[in-house]
Amino acid sequence: MSDNAIFRAEGLSKTYPGVKANDAISFEVRSGDIHALLGENGAGKSTLVKTIYGLVRPDEGQMWLDGQPFAPADPHAARAAGVGMVFQHFSLFDAMTVAENIALGLDHPPPRRELASRIATLSEEYGLPLNPARRIADLSAGERQRVEIIRALLGNPRLLIMDEPTSVLTPQEAEILFATLKKLAANGTSILYISHKLEEIRANCDRATILRGGRVIDSADPRAHSARELAAMMVGGEMREIDRSGRSPGAELLAVRDLTLAAQSVDGTSLKSVSLQVHTGEVLAIGGVAGNGQEELLSALSGEIPSPVGTVTLEGADLSRMGPTQRRRAGLLAAPEDRLGHAAVPGFSLTDNALLTATVRQDLAPGGMIRHGAARDFTQKVIAEFDVRTPGPDTAARALSGGNLQKFVIGREVLQAPRVLVVNQPTWGVDAGAAASIRQALLNLAAGGAGVIVISQDLDELLELGDRFCALNGGQLSDPRPVEGLSLDEIGLMLGGAHGTEVAHVDA
Amino acid sequence: MIDLTTLIVMILSAATPILFAALGELIAERAGVLNLGVEGMMIAGALAGFAAAHATGSPAIGFAVAAIAGAALSMIFGVLTQYLLTNQVATGLALTLFGLGLTALFGKPYEGVKAPSMAQGPLGLNWIIWLGLLAVPLIWWFLNRSRPGLILRGIGENHHAAHALGHKVRPVRLAAIAFGGAMAGIGGAYISIATVLQWTEGMTAGAGWIALALVVFSGWRAVGVLAGAWLFGGVTVLQLRLQAAGVNVPVQLLAMAPYLVTILALVLISARRGSASPGSLGQIFHTTS
Repeated sequence: MSDNAIFRAEGLSKTYPGVKANDAISFEVRSGDIHALLGENGAGKSTLVKTIYGLVRPDEGQMWLDGQPFAPADPHAARAAGVGMVFQHFSLFDAMTVAENIALGLDHPPPRRELASRIATLSEEYGLPLNPARRIADLSAGERQRVEIIRALLGNPRLLIMDEPTSVLTPQEAEILFATLKKLAANGTSILYISHKLEEIRANCDRATILRGGRVIDSADPRAHSARELAAMMVGGEMREIDRSGRSPGAELLAVRDLTLAAQSVDGTSLKSVSLQVHTGEVLAIGGVAGNGQEELLSALSGEIPSPVGTVTLEGADLSRMGPTQRRRAGLLAAPEDRLGHAAVPGFSLTDNALLTATVRQDLAPGGMIRHGAARDFTQKVIAEFDVRTPGPDTAARALSGGNLQKFVIGREVLQAPRVLVVNQPTWGVDAGAAASIRQALLNLAAGGAGVIVISQDLDELLELGDRFCALNGGQLSDPRPVEGLSLDEIGLMLGGAHGTEVAHVDA
Repeated sequence: MIDLTTLIVMILSAATPILFAALGELIAERAGVLNLGVEGMMIAGALAGFAAAHATGSPAIGFAVAAIAGAALSMIFGVLTQYLLTNQVATGLALTLFGLGLTALFGKPYEGVKAPSMAQGPLGLNWIIWLGLLAVPLIWWFLNRSRPGLILRGIGENHHAAHALGHKVRPVRLAAIAFGGAMAGIGGAYISIATVLQWTEGMTAGAGWIALALVVFSGWRAVGVLAGAWLFGGVTVLQLRLQAAGVNVPVQLLAMAPYLVTILALVLISARRGSASPGSLGQIFHTTS
């Protein structure tokens, strides 16, 4: 163990029925480092950090913290020893206040008033403004994460674990987060940072340990490697270059004219005079921070929300008043952002989920009678062509990992040969390999003459896929610009003021 | 005519059984457990408490035994739902049916027997009424100001998050279920020992269901439960007076009135405020580690 290592693991193994989640994992985190734990979904990152936080007990192996043997029986013990954790899916209580949430994560919380003042002091110090009296339900994703971070920091951790913290953050919020992490590291707190966003890790982390299939593949300085090299280590083979060739935008397919829609819920966004055109063989990229009308635009295009006559036309036919089924028949398909609950029914098998959207175009239920054989065949085809890793078409949607379910959801629509496909956040929370194959499928679809609308927060993705780019901001859509030759600065200007993010002052 | 003090005593007395049962269920539901067995636990408490009070001549022992009986019955529900992961709705309904059937069987020897008389407390109210009134601020304080109450609410709001932070979901829920059972048992025993003064089969007559409704429509708040219980008590007393006065309304309609008025009032109140049910209410907690 090197002198300045704060945490060390030696030979950690954990086996679940049917899968070896961690296989003899050894690595160490140096004092004051931001240490990345890099790997695809299912590489064993989450199991490993849960072991460190006392939520999972390893079958074999030892850990040391500050040179002392460390084997936490539960999170209380881990916190007492100086380990803090910020969870991927926030472990927050929606109906409760910020202060109550923080008190629940401390073992010996101070009295209410003192806690409130300590929250205020700490959030001031790290530039993470928070009001202790607000309810979690009223906070943005970035603010929720602040609650998690402040909660972890109040325990004075020596080692802070962060499980994919930026997957729900806007670029601006992520920037604030990294400023905070660097300040923490400078103050001597080591950070174990889990992510599969390579550029982020290269820009911010001091060391990286790469996991694949439950084993440590390599430990490297992420700055000394290109993103391609890191990706290759992560997936165990060269990443395929995205093939953008073979597309030639042609005639107009889908047109939206002056679409104005009132907000559908209290915290929804209204669409203000949105106009757009998609041509054959074209990918239209729509950027912007989630919550600026993205979901509403998708719903208006998919047919979940009907719009005024003449606002949505496909090859000249007016679809404005039609519901999703009629629009699918006409060739306008959509894959919403929320995989579990919106794009798929968690408790249904994949076959049943396929039936939910593919019935019309694949003729799976002529005369109201379901053709189960045909439905299964179609599902099998999606599974095979989109490399969905699942035991079979009878598996429930909720049993699939996020990336695999996303491949299924996109594949289900792509294989129905849409004229126009609308997708929202197609690779959200999906690992690099799966994301690449989803993007390639969307490009291939366009190359085959369909029109594709990609709504996303991920600028890299939009620039990689799009022919034209426009920004959706506060329910207003900017004029489209050709992606070719578009600079990041110009995109920043198009996105305008970043909504809902306070740029905090960070002194360090 | 009837003087005001007597009227208040009568109303408070009529409100006490459902106040106890609803406060107990409130704690269980704030911990995320939906126990529809309140009626069954009440009737078990009514019989066990009556039998113990009759045997010993002491109403106090009767109430203690009723609390134990209610808690014991609730533990059937607790083990089934928390450890064997059965469906809470079905298990709760089964518990009610079980309680009603079991007491009908074992209650036969006690039919026609008279209860020992209860001592009067301050202001002409017996001490169970006082205990019920005291329980309201205590439970409010427990839920909103104490650390165990915070953990209990956290577990009810999001059991996955609570587990991830190291809080013990199952033991806390089991304790909440037992408390709910004990409170329901006391509420049931109040009917047999303090109100009706004898045992009759099915004597709780749906009070457990009203208690369940109270918890929901109070927005899971102790003070709301108290207000609902008083309203129910008030209309109960009123309809009894009307019956006694020989008003020309079918007695079935009058007997129905407390239930109808309570639910109507609570629906109107909660419709304005919107629901605030605990996030994990009724969900099965399952984890692998």
